[in-house]
This record gives sequence, structure tokens and C-alpha cells, in this order.
Amino acid sequence: MGRFIVRRIIQMIFVMFAVSVLTFLIFNVIPNGDPAVRMAGRHESASTIKAIRKEWGFDDPLPQQYVTTMRKVFTGDLKSQFTQLPVGEEIKKGIPRTFSLAIGAALLWMFVAVCFGLYSAVKAGKFADRFLTIIALVGISMPVFWIGALMNYYLGFKLGWFPNGGYVEFGTDPFGWFSHLILPWTALAILFIGFYSRVLRSNVLDTINEDYVRTARAKGLSERQIMVRHVLRNSMIPIITLWGLDFGAVIGGGAILTETVFDLQGVGQYAADAVGQLDVPPVLATTMFAAFFIVLLNAIVDIAYAYLDPRIRLQ
Amino acid sequence: MATEPLAEPAGLQGPAAWEEEAERDRIHGMGPWRLGLRRLRRNKVAIFFGVLFVVLVLSCVAAPIWADRVAHTTWEENHLSDTITVDGKKKNVVSLDGVPIGPQYFKADGKFFLGADRNGRDVMVRLLYGGRNSLMIGFGAAFITVLLSIILGVIAGYFRGWGDGVIRALLDVLWSFPVIILAVALGVALALGGIQLGPITISGDSLAIPVLIIGVVYVPYMARPIRGQVLSLREKEFVEAARAQGAGSLRIMFSEVVPNLSSTILVFFTLLVANAILLESSLSFLGAGVRPPNPSWGTMIDEGIDRIATAPHLTIVPGLMLVLTVLSLNVFGDGVRDALDPRAKVRLEH
Repeated sequence: MGRFIVRRIIQMIFVMFAVSVLTFLIFNVIPNGDPAVRMAGRHESASTIKAIRKEWGFDDPLPQQYVTTMRKVFTGDLKSQFTQLPVGEEIKKGIPRTFSLAIGAALLWMFVAVCFGLYSAVKAGKFADRFLTIIALVGISMPVFWIGALMNYYLGFKLGWFPNGGYVEFGTDPFGWFSHLILPWTALAILFIGFYSRVLRSNVLDTINEDYVRTARAKGLSERQIMVRHVLRNSMIPIITLWGLDFGAVIGGGAILTETVFDLQGVGQYAADAVGQLDVPPVLATTMFAAFFIVLLNAIVDIAYAYLDPRIRLQ
Repeated sequence: MATEPLAEPAGLQGPAAWEEEAERDRIHGMGPWRLGLRRLRRNKVAIFFGVLFVVLVLSCVAAPIWADRVAHTTWEENHLSDTITVDGKKKNVVSLDGVPIGPQYFKADGKFFLGADRNGRDVMVRLLYGGRNSLMIGFGAAFITVLLSIILGVIAGYFRGWGDGVIRALLDVLWSFPVIILAVALGVALALGGIQLGPITISGDSLAIPVLIIGVVYVPYMARPIRGQVLSLREKEFVEAARAQGAGSLRIMFSEVVPNLSSTILVFFTLLVANAILLESSLSFLGAGVRPPNPSWGTMIDEGIDRIATAPHLTIVPGLMLVLTVLSLNVFGDGVRDALDPRAKVRLEH
């Protein structure tokens, strides 16, 4: 087990290195003229461009540029070209908000998807199954910012059932925190409910035909016990993997649209605001932050699996 | 095996026998495509949504007809200081305090069917042209993804070795980025300078930029399963037979292996178009996709959200068009997959 963990961590570090190189290449080397002009964004003037070229060392050889860029990212020296605020601080401020959104949404979509998926597998081929399948497809066909904006307007603004966007700290007002997050959680979860319930449905349908399910039925277990203990438990395994990865993706900026629509001021919205200004340094930092988080969660999921299933360790 | 009739059935001679023989051949000779088509035709829901998609595409293709014959304007023409005649009364397209006119339906002979936007542009015309742009980006990006994925997947799966290692590592690294973040990063990097690659220059506000970006970011999701299939196909007997006949690698790849991927490619293509249209709208919403004044469903939703409190239809209508288009592609693609290869596992991420 120890050897597996070490090997997996080394692999993770390699992927993170590759991720940082690719991010660097996207912003510094894409063949379209001067990276300093791009970095200056909407505020180009000869003197800013000159200062940026000196600061980022755009005249140096590429490996040197890479080192300069990474040093700026990791020492907290990176500043927004637009507001001049340090990027690291701004991301740190957004993290609790993004986590609040991601954790609640992840729990919600998992719970609802399990209910939907299991129910439509049990009713496979019947009307309820077809109806849920169409609903799931509608869910994955909606842009999250569109349904979010409509929910915010009709349920938040017009009917006044929910606060109209914004975020309240959990520490200051737990109830306000919860009520401000209900709509964002729902909007973000809709897409994933669509995906997960479909995956779970097909997994359950595969598992139902396994020998051990027949054995359980032959032993005289109740249908409910068979479904929950034997079928659902085994159908959940691939879903849990997906869950880990998607959670990482949401934390790493997958919530960029939801946060923006509901004005949650998390990491995603920080990135979105920077995109609107064509402000490169925050976009660069959040891109790397996102990918690092996914790589990290990937490794954690793998290690958890190896712990649960010894066969994986020996591969 | 013993039931296979060796001789012609007795009693039938001449044309009747030939007919029966032809009938038997017809059933035996049904290929996987014919079978798939037959299964698809039985799936009424999929057919309904397939037809709906065609209707949506045709109405967007017909955008110039609506613009010329009905609305008498273009997608970029401002009517800030113009007036139109509604029920015999003259009305400002944009009122003096800056509020644009609401939906007129057919009251003004089809002009401003869905009202005007802040610049006095006809929303219905922009909706149709925006649909054209969204659909073009969807199809263009899906085409690029399919092309790149086939090339990378086939090379990696067929030759294996170090090429496979490099391609797989590259796909793994790309896969580590959430699709939307990678697309946004590329969008920001390309927005100002565009692309200058040797003789090819694409300006930053060209529609080709979102096509390229979306085309690239979905490649890992398709190239990996293609590679996996190629790995198992290359060990099949027909590939061995082709090699024994002296066929070269290129010939084996493109006339033996790729045709066997066609059902996977077809299923991926429909789902890719749907996802590309969705991603286009997200990118445009964030300001890293289609650039104004070009319309697309994404930019129109983005502009609509700013005015949702006074004119919610500006958000709802382009969104509904987009959802219907993506939904019809998803349902139809699902039906195609069930018909051609029910066990295929296809998943794209948003």
C-alpha cells in the first residue's frame, strides 16, 4: 500500500508539472504576436507593455520565462492587471464560498440522482422510466446560467421566496447562508442529476442480472433489501468515482457560471470577472488552480480505491 | 445448421421460386446499418426530436428570407431613431428615454416580431442569425473534434509504442482541465491577437476562434475511447487478412479500422454538436466566445440577462431555442446509439 501511494504521488507531481507547462504555453507561446500586449489586456499603452515585458521576462528564453511565471504564481507575486490586487489573496477569499456551493450541490445531486436512477431502473420501460429519462435529458440540455438566471428572477426577485443572489457567511448567519445557497445548489445540481441518474439507471439494470442478486432473491430476501443491499451498493461504485472527479471539477472552476449568475463572489466568479476584462494573470492562476485540484482529487480517488480493492495495488 | 435448406423447396418453380429466394436473401443480407435504421424508426420519440431538430435548423437557415421579406432589416442594422407603424399609429422603435419596443408579433407586418434590443435591432432577426452562428459553431467544432480524435486515436491505438505514450500523456493532461476552464483560458489568450500561424491569420473576433477552441477541448473525451477500440480492432482477423494481402499501415488504418469505428463516430458526433452549442453559449456568456456585435444564442442570453427585470422574453426566447436544439440532438443521439450499439458507453463533460 505504501509503495502504491508513493508511486501515485510521484505520478501526480508529474501531471501537475505538465499541467503548469501547458498553462504556460497557452498564455505565453500561442502563436499570435506579443504576449506582453496580451497581458496588458484592455489597457495597452507603450509604457505598460514595456513594463510588463520586463517584469515577466518575455525577452528571455522560454524555460527562463516558464520559471519566472511559475515563481510569480507560487510566491503570491501575481497581480491583476486590472485592479492591481494580488491574485492569490483574491482566490483565497473566494475558496470558502466555492466550497459551500460545491459541497451542497454535490450532496443534493447525488441524493436526487440515486432516487431518480433507482426508481427509473425499477420501472424500466414503463411510463415513469421514460418520463424520468426525458427529464434527465432536459436537465443536461440546459445552460446552467440560463436556468439560474430564470430561477433567480422568478423565484428570487418576483416571488421573493429566496434571496436574490449574493452570499452570507456561515459564521455570521447560518440560516442566511443556507437560504442564499438553495437556488445556486439547485441550478448547479440539475445538470449532474441528469447525468448521474442515467448512469445509475444503466448500472442498476446491469447489476440486477448478476448471479448474487438471484441468490439473494432465492434466499428469500425482500425486494427492498435486495435493491438497497445488493444492487444499489454495487451500482454505486462507478458513480462514486465520477462524483470525486466532478466535485474536483466544480471546485476547480466548473461553478464559474453558477457563481456568476447568483453573484456568489467565489473563485469561479473571480475568474469570470477577469475574463470579462481580458485580465490574463487571474485567468492563468485560476486555470492552474482548477487543474491542480482535479489532479489531486484524481490521486485521492485512486488511492481510496487501492485501499478498498487490493487488486488495483498490484497492477 | 441442419435446418439450412440445401435444395430449392419442391413445388415452387420458375419466377415464384426466384422471388422466394430473393426474399430470403433480403432478410439474410440486412447489414448493421439497415438493422439500426429499422430499430431507430421504431423509436417514435427519437424520430420526433430528430424532425424537430431539422425544423429548427431549416428555420435558422432561412434567416435571410425572414430578414429580407418580412422584417426588412439586417441583424446588425440599428434603428435607434426610426419609427414603425403599429395599427395605424406611429411608434418609436426605441423610446426617448431609451426603452426599446416590446414584441409586436404581426401587428407591424412582422417587423420587430420579438421587439427590439437596446440598439434598436430586430430581436427576431438576430435570433435566427444567432441560431445560424450557434449551429455553425456546433457543427464546425464537432467536425474538428471528430477529425482530431480519429487521427490521434488511430495513430495511438494502431502504432502503440512511444507515439501512443506521447498522445496518451497529452490527452491526460488536457483531461485534467475542466472543459469550461480550458476553453475560457484559450478564449482569453486568443481574444486579443487571434491566431497567426505562418500564412494563416485569424482575427480575434472571428467566429472561427470559438469553433477551434471548442473543437480542441473535447478531443480527449473522444480520442480515448477511439484509441481503446482501435487497440482491440487491430488484433481482429480481418486486419490480419488485410496485412497478409500486403496492405500497408495507412491502408489498413483507413479502409479497415476507421470504417469499423463509424457507429461510434456517428453517436459521438450528434452528442458533440449538442455539447458544443452549450459550451458556445457558456463561453459567450462569460465574454470569451462569440464577440458582439455578432449574434449567437449565447450572446443573446447574456444581453437578455442584463435586462431580465424589464424584458424577460429576451432571456427566455433564445434560451428556449437553444434548449430545444440541444435537447433534440441529445434525444436523437440517444436513439441512434440505442439503435446502432446499445452497449456503447459515451460520456461527455460540460
